[in-house]
Amino acid sequence: MIGHALPEFILALGILAMLLLGALGGEKRAWLVTELAIGVLGLALVACLFQPSGATVLFNGLLVDDAFGRFMKALSLVGSIATLLMAMAWFRRRGLDQYEFPVLVCLATLGMMILISADNLMALYLGLELMSLALYVIAAYARADARASEAGLKYFVLGALSSGLLLYGASLIYGFAGTLGFAGIAAELQGPASLGIIFGLTFLMAGLAFKMSVVPFHMWTPDVYEGAPTPVTAFFASAPKIAAIAITLRLVSVAFPGISGEWRQIIIFMSVASMALGAFGAIGQTNIKRLMAYSSIGHMGFALVGLAAGTAQGVEGVMLYMTIYLVMTLGTFAAIIAMEIKGQAVENIADLAGLSSTNFPMAFFLAMMMFSLAGIPPLAGFFAKWYVFVAAIHAGLYVMAVLGVLASAVAAFYYLRIVKVMFFDAAGASFDRASLTLRSLLAGAGVLVMVFWVWPGPVVAVTHHAARALMQGQKP
Amino acid sequence: MIGINQYLVVAAIVFTLGMLGIILNRKNIIVILMSVELILLAVNINLVAFSVHLHDLTGQVFALFILTVAAAEAAIGLAILVTYFRNRGTIAVEDIHQMKG
Repeated sequence: MIGHALPEFILALGILAMLLLGALGGEKRAWLVTELAIGVLGLALVACLFQPSGATVLFNGLLVDDAFGRFMKALSLVGSIATLLMAMAWFRRRGLDQYEFPVLVCLATLGMMILISADNLMALYLGLELMSLALYVIAAYARADARASEAGLKYFVLGALSSGLLLYGASLIYGFAGTLGFAGIAAELQGPASLGIIFGLTFLMAGLAFKMSVVPFHMWTPDVYEGAPTPVTAFFASAPKIAAIAITLRLVSVAFPGISGEWRQIIIFMSVASMALGAFGAIGQTNIKRLMAYSSIGHMGFALVGLAAGTAQGVEGVMLYMTIYLVMTLGTFAAIIAMEIKGQAVENIADLAGLSSTNFPMAFFLAMMMFSLAGIPPLAGFFAKWYVFVAAIHAGLYVMAVLGVLASAVAAFYYLRIVKVMFFDAAGASFDRASLTLRSLLAGAGVLVMVFWVWPGPVVAVTHHAARALMQGQKP
Repeated sequence: MIGINQYLVVAAIVFTLGMLGIILNRKNIIVILMSVELILLAVNINLVAFSVHLHDLTGQVFALFILTVAAAEAAIGLAILVTYFRNRGTIAVEDIHQMKG
């Protein structure tokens, strides 16, 4: 049984070792602890990728180890590793390189892994809180910065409210279904659901919507993205989003397949509203981190289109969408972190003016990221949208697919505006030379996005298999 | 005779009070922290009442976990509040508006 939870055990023991090392060595060991953290996360990733196939229930039904969970866990681990790689030098230049940061990132990642493999509402709550408590702290990590502590405070207050909503929903489900296990809940929900279950489901979805930052629980996103230190924003935009989407997929398709009519209504509303808000909210933004916040709200809306379909094909679409979204987000944030003029971080879109003449490779790859985020073929972002919309059309959601395409057309405006600023505006001050890590992350993400169409087979095969495995218990 | 319904009504009232405390409060962030605790306690009342009603211990175990996590959450919330106060010198809700749009 230990073998099936090996990635979690590696991470948990690694965190203890890191804490010990940091506490004994003090600030001097910060660099070493960061490297150790990257190593431990990498080891957990390897353990995750080489797990035996098939699904195993662990810890008396609290957790489950299956192909879906392994795929999503691998994605969040990649997000955390990339964050630490980007953050190391950035924090060191600002004198913020304490050993607590890598430890907190690892704790949040451990929470995400528990969350993704949760098979019980109690495990879901504990994983979610382990993730959130660590995230609250790293949002306010730049202690002396008023904007960062305001971001942390806002995130904390709204996050605590959302976990209260989620818990109230969990308590209602427990009372009316008589159990906390996902399989047990599904077994209880044959036939029409009682009002208590519907209420509980709504509260649960509200709590999860906050973590995914979809409308109407998105209001914290722009402020937290803008206020938090940029590497922390990159982390928020990548790994926790994947964990939140993953547990939503698992919860609704394993615990509530019997009342899919009810939860699909909620998902359809959240999805359409997020796509619209993401498209229109970003138009007036001048700060690129704030723009990325609206962009991520929109992208979560697009990802949920696949879930709204309620089919295995839809789940497969969401998994592909999150994979491609992760690559695009990490690439874009590698570029945003590299936006520094004489050691000072700048974050306005106007600061990118004329980047093509001062730093052509960065302008080129960032433009590829923007085209991909906008969903222009043949880049990866187009295929991500293609898969979810095809699933929606197969499920008969024609209106939703049309609204989604319209929203992505509106969203293309602000992505293309960034490309226009970089290539056609008069050049301003040039950026400092970025570190090798940032340049290779941006270039790697750019190449992945550009060549995805050549050989999408392996990723598609894995998501296809994992989505079918997740939906196994569901009636056709 | 006090049955499950009475407990559920009390929990719903406490939960609503907590919600209103967060939404209507314009003065002080400490009040928001207290409202969050109210919400969590409402959930605990629900869970324990259901647990007794269903003759199933899981709900009470869950309630214990929630108490533990709530303590950690309050500690982290107060810590963030202290850093905020050091930077801004105020914890009034209406002053938290450096970023908007």
